[in-house]
Amino acid sequence: MRRNCYIPSGCSISGMMSESGKRLDGNAIIRSIALMHDRGNGLGGGFAAYGIYPWHSDQYAFHMMFDDMDAKERCEEHFKDRFEIVFDEEMPTRPGGVFEEETSGRHGDFGGQPIIDPPILWRYFMDVPEERMRFVSEREYVVEEVMEINSKVDGAFVASSGKNMGAFKGVGYPEDLGVFYKLGEYKAYIWTAHGRFPTNTPGWWGGAHPFCLLDWSIVHNGEISSYGINKRYLEPFGYRLELRTDTEVVAYLFDLLVRRHKMPIELAAKALASPFWKDIDRMPERERRIATAIRQVYGGALLNGPFSIILGHSRGMVGFNDRIKLRPMTCAKKDDMLYMASEESGIREIAPDLDLVWSPRAGTPVVGVLEEGVE
Amino acid sequence: MNSELPPEFIVKVDYDRCRRCRRCVMNCSFGCMTFKDRVVPEHRRCVACQRCVTYCPEYAITVSKNELAYKENENWSPEIRKNILKQAETGGMLLTGMGNPREYPILWDHLLIDACQVTNPSIDPLREPMELRTFLGRKPERLEFSMDEAGEIDLVTEIEPQVRLDVPVVFGAMSYGAVSLNVHRSLAMAASRSGTLMNTGEGGLHRELYPYSGNIIVQVASGRFGVHSEYLNTSAMVEIKIGQGAKPGIGGHLPGEKVGEDISKTRMIPVGTDALSPAPHHDIYSIEDLSQLIFAIKEATDYEKPVSVKISAVHNVAAIASGIVRAGADVVTIDGFRGGTGATPMVIRDNVGIPIELALAAVDERLREEGIRNNASILCAGGIRSSGDVAKAIALGADAAVIGTAALVALGCRICQKCYTGNCAWGIATQKPELVRRLNPQIGADRLTNLLAAWSLELKEILGSLGVNSIESLRGSRERLRGVGLDSQTLELLGVKPAGVGQ
Ligand code: SF4
Ligand code: SF4
Repeated sequence: MRRNCYIPSGCSISGMMSESGKRLDGNAIIRSIALMHDRGNGLGGGFAAYGIYPWHSDQYAFHMMFDDMDAKERCEEHFKDRFEIVFDEEMPTRPGGVFEEETSGRHGDFGGQPIIDPPILWRYFMDVPEERMRFVSEREYVVEEVMEINSKVDGAFVASSGKNMGAFKGVGYPEDLGVFYKLGEYKAYIWTAHGRFPTNTPGWWGGAHPFCLLDWSIVHNGEISSYGINKRYLEPFGYRLELRTDTEVVAYLFDLLVRRHKMPIELAAKALASPFWKDIDRMPERERRIATAIRQVYGGALLNGPFSIILGHSRGMVGFNDRIKLRPMTCAKKDDMLYMASEESGIREIAPDLDLVWSPRAGTPVVGVLEEGVE
Repeated sequence: MNSELPPEFIVKVDYDRCRRCRRCVMNCSFGCMTFKDRVVPEHRRCVACQRCVTYCPEYAITVSKNELAYKENENWSPEIRKNILKQAETGGMLLTGMGNPREYPILWDHLLIDACQVTNPSIDPLREPMELRTFLGRKPERLEFSMDEAGEIDLVTEIEPQVRLDVPVVFGAMSYGAVSLNVHRSLAMAASRSGTLMNTGEGGLHRELYPYSGNIIVQVASGRFGVHSEYLNTSAMVEIKIGQGAKPGIGGHLPGEKVGEDISKTRMIPVGTDALSPAPHHDIYSIEDLSQLIFAIKEATDYEKPVSVKISAVHNVAAIASGIVRAGADVVTIDGFRGGTGATPMVIRDNVGIPIELALAAVDERLREEGIRNNASILCAGGIRSSGDVAKAIALGADAAVIGTAALVALGCRICQKCYTGNCAWGIATQKPELVRRLNPQIGADRLTNLLAAWSLELKEILGSLGVNSIESLRGSRERLRGVGLDSQTLELLGVKPAGVGQ
């Protein structure tokens, strides 16, 4: 099932978060991404949601995709003694699901592509056995296992692997996938969404966005022209880039910089979309020192090419653009809600009255942080 | 010179055009032209340096190859026959200059660069910033930050000394002695104007050039000529020369006749003595000895300057480079078998070493595999001819490229390969005052500055067409290269896919 060719793509993205941690159902994010229907071509879409599994919030929630029952068995065999499965079940879905509302971006006849032919979708809530963490941290262990499954267990793919979050993605228009996955029945404090326009037909569910690792999720519009070096930069750190999607480098880079190198998230965004030297040269001393050092040391992590990205993680959401803003992104605030989308209309559709709307400058991250104490 | 060998070139003077001004007689430093009521060329002496051709006001002179007919034989090429004849006459090694001229594959010419179409836009370098700034030196694997109560973030990691380049091309090592002081002057001025570095080579640094210290790599070679603590500190970077692409494993020899007053002072040897560089450093017989020298130099320069180690590209180059980085070098300079020299035995130049493209690819890959790529910068030298080669070298993994021959060509060199004779008609590889004068250092500096400016513009165009706006995004990005006409093993070694294969 793994596609063996690299496919460039264009896209729509949308994200919303309640900074005070209010949990909202998935209907709004579906409407937002449905409005931008024309930015995708029905060959991929998906959602990431945070705060959806409060009753299993201590376990790693693995959203799995299997080609067939054999793959599922192989994978469960693999899980044995590597994890303690606390609970598992088939993902609740509505086969043939289709989004039936009309939005100003999508009219009945043109949209509506029932979701068919899904792989076997299963979710596992798992603990890491104590003895497995003797030499590596728990998160390190989970990362390695995800890499292992994706590269070694034939026919199995980890769609997401974080705690209290999950990815819901596949082949189709995102709004139809939202209905298929019954997102109206989940409640999350962060939602992100993606509609895809690959210039080819992959037909592989795992290739859709969001791309997830631990609690990182990435939705990404654009192409990473620096993919070649980003990949070579990551490999010595143990990341296996085998999914042939440039989006995975973004997830791994954040994992490396923020989780392993313990960089503040704003600085990590600055490493990935660094300011130009002409601007660095004019910065006050301390900032200049930091920015110069980041560029000297993390040149291999610099993302180049057109992109807008929304990064979700359990404590917040970060939106940012490439260094010269070759792909669109608009942000907005309303009370405790932060919105980001490829088009302002994608926000207005679900929140017509906004306190503040702005287009973030190229390379300048917009950081939404969950208030302290919110679980 | 009572050689039986036929002349290599034929100098033809068009007597209808010739005004008998005798300029060619003055210009030919190889003694080819004499005047006996008209200009009479002695073909046998001509080296095809094109000096007379360029300076004849009537364009009356042409120099052509002496196309002698030899009985066809693929195995016994005319050149091989001539070399045997020469050696039969002299009983000596054949000496030559410049880099390997033979028909080995030039891999740069089998690599092609990518460009953007539709899905990712190309960028117009005339409208958008395009960044070539490069830093040479050891970088930590990661940075550490601190945050105070007010939430102010600060950098904790101390970064080792870095040298900034505004263009990722530095001038290669050419010693004062092998080349003239005017060449050094031109290089130093051009390096400072272009924001890059020149390299003293192994012959020390003339005091007149001390003001350019910020743009100078000072070299420490096996002869230790001109090495003293002030010299080491009058630099942006120090380089230990282990090997040179044109003559791996071979020492050097500057004949005493070239050692005049100034060179004697700069090299710290008596006037008129031969300057002999031993093949190895006699205090480096192992990697741990190298490490000691690296740290001795760091001590002497207060840990304020990166230390580079230059090696020639030989079979085991990747493992050697890894050892060098672990021994404490901040920069590794790899010199391929096409790299130039003032004088080398022809048998070494033409038969020893490996192509820089493969050496570079192997070193970059090895350092990455070992997780130590950030520990040192890689300079790629030996056979870089154009900005296209620079871009390809950077995509294969170099931090910057080094040019020697290309810089000399900008100064007038015609690659006649007679550098070892001391008669360079262009005032480059010579110490004869009347020849040295021919190179005006101001003009030389302008020409070198122009060359780097032109290459910078071209590199920016390449980056723009690749849809990236910073050289870091090309560096090591072999995905943006494709090979044509290369066998699969070479492709694999280069880490490059064949043309026609997508991402
Ligand atoms: S050696 Fe140079 S200057 Fe002399 S004749 Fe030949 S080309 Fe002319
Ligand atoms: S430096 Fe002078 S002698 Fe040497 S190849 Fe160039 S022109 Fe000939």
